[in-house]
Amino acid sequence: MSNITTNKSMDGKKKPFPLCLQTAGLSNPASIDTYLSIGGYSAIKKILKEKISPETLINEIKISGLRGRGGAGFPTGLKWSFMSNGTKGDKYIVCNSDEGEPGTFKDRDIIRYNPHQIIEGMMIGAYIMGANVGYNYIHGEIWQEYLSFEDAIDEAKAAGFLGKKIQGSAFNFDLHAFHGYGAYICGEETALIESIEGKKGQPRFKPPFPATYGIYGKPTNVNNTETFASIPWIINNGGQAFLDLGVPNSGGTKIFSVSGHVNNPGNFEIQLGMPFEELLSLAGGVWKGNSLKAVIPGGPSTPLVKAEDMMGATMDYDGLSKIGSSLGAGSVIIMDDTTCMVQALKRLSYFFYEESCGQCTPCREGTGWIYRVIKRIVNGEGKIEDLALLKDVSQKVSGRTICALGDAAAVPVLSFIKHFEDEFRYYIRHGRSMIKGEND
Amino acid sequence: MLPKKIKEKINKELLKFPKEQKRSAVMAALRLVQNEKGWLSEKSISEVAAYLSIPEIAVLEVATFYNMYDLKESGKFKIAICTNISCMLRDTDSLLAHVKKQLKIDFNQVTEDGKFCLKESECMGACGGAPLMVVNNQYMHENLTPEKFDQIIEELD
Repeated sequence: MSNITTNKSMDGKKKPFPLCLQTAGLSNPASIDTYLSIGGYSAIKKILKEKISPETLINEIKISGLRGRGGAGFPTGLKWSFMSNGTKGDKYIVCNSDEGEPGTFKDRDIIRYNPHQIIEGMMIGAYIMGANVGYNYIHGEIWQEYLSFEDAIDEAKAAGFLGKKIQGSAFNFDLHAFHGYGAYICGEETALIESIEGKKGQPRFKPPFPATYGIYGKPTNVNNTETFASIPWIINNGGQAFLDLGVPNSGGTKIFSVSGHVNNPGNFEIQLGMPFEELLSLAGGVWKGNSLKAVIPGGPSTPLVKAEDMMGATMDYDGLSKIGSSLGAGSVIIMDDTTCMVQALKRLSYFFYEESCGQCTPCREGTGWIYRVIKRIVNGEGKIEDLALLKDVSQKVSGRTICALGDAAAVPVLSFIKHFEDEFRYYIRHGRSMIKGEND
Repeated sequence: MLPKKIKEKINKELLKFPKEQKRSAVMAALRLVQNEKGWLSEKSISEVAAYLSIPEIAVLEVATFYNMYDLKESGKFKIAICTNISCMLRDTDSLLAHVKKQLKIDFNQVTEDGKFCLKESECMGACGGAPLMVVNNQYMHENLTPEKFDQIIEELD
């Protein structure tokens, strides 16, 4: 089971702050009774009772500084303003719980510990954007969470929070769980939409954006699970209070999924702006008393950072961009000094090769080419020119595809070689790892 | 013909979508059929297509695109082990060496008695519990060790 921090305190320093995971420390955390006991569904009740206008609500979300938590970091309030509430016809709202970026496992914990906060966040979004049907698209490998989310939907229906004329208002909203079946690309919003339509998950060319042409060609909003789960707190406490939890340009809290070489891997929901060093110690520090070598701070589509740069960084959008990387989905992968960067890159490159949907030639061919070249280095058959070749192919994939998977595939290649070129050169020259001593 | 109980479950899925969008239930339908039969044969693909009134090719391309569908027989218990970066850092390689030795099979092979099949999986979205595996696409086991693996396997029947 993942580890969840429950220690809530505020004194200016950035602390663990369970917001999306606020029920996690309670008994029977996923039940509607538990959520109601902490004031759950009060935001949507207030909105419906007082008929608060969508404009007012969007403004509050804009003030909060909430940015998309799935990796892109796009301002949520602005995104929601693209979906015009006034236009007639069907509209859809979709929660993207298809987390498949290696090192990302936060949405799973929100689903299993606090599913009703996702439902309430989606309800508020649906009310604001005028959607009457929603889907939560859940990652294939987490079947138990799919079932438990279906249970939460049933509970919410029975309590009168889903269906027709909710809480005696004119607001109708139906929510369904949709189960993915093993395709990383479906985390991309237009691929996810194709998948809901019952097709291969191949991203659509944009524009038109989903806000105008989404599921079945209808206006559709897609946001990450953590984004939706943040909304009720913002409505209850105000946008300013959320903003103040974090730092300028990075309002609020964020769940960081810490994995790899730490003593205590798990999810840590903290105020944005916490120094990396403190997050690392929340995760129990580097395991086995080893020293830190490098960190991937936001999942493999964000650039690798060397230990010395990471130790001075703060965990927020600007803090990570200052050291040449990015917050991504908050998927912090910790590598100690026993890690062979060449072998690690081989695994990541295989991932992008395997998960490329095959639609765009540069990605389909390029990811395979990258993987094969790194594989031959690991097999002791590398040539010194391979390093230039890897950079060249990566740069030619990046920016030349419909979706961001091609860009993402290039990121580890370029950042691993940039920071650890010596290791790659050693591997090529000696046919074995500089770190592990043998080709193992 | 699809068994009646599968049809009933597909009908429940169909309620999630507009009436004219039966195709949206194809992923769920394939999952339900696979859970029942263990894998997706050509016949199963045709049956799903007929039931949803969509072309067979539309069903086949979904079945081949998503990794968790099996178009070959995959034993009574399909064991999918993640080898991605977070699991790799927690030494999934040693675990795998043990698993392959115990089951006497490599990836994409089925044991002689037809009981187990081993699959390499991409990220399962539960990396805090690495290394991990999922049995029959449904049951996740985290923080695996060779001993824990042996125990789980013994209990599968």
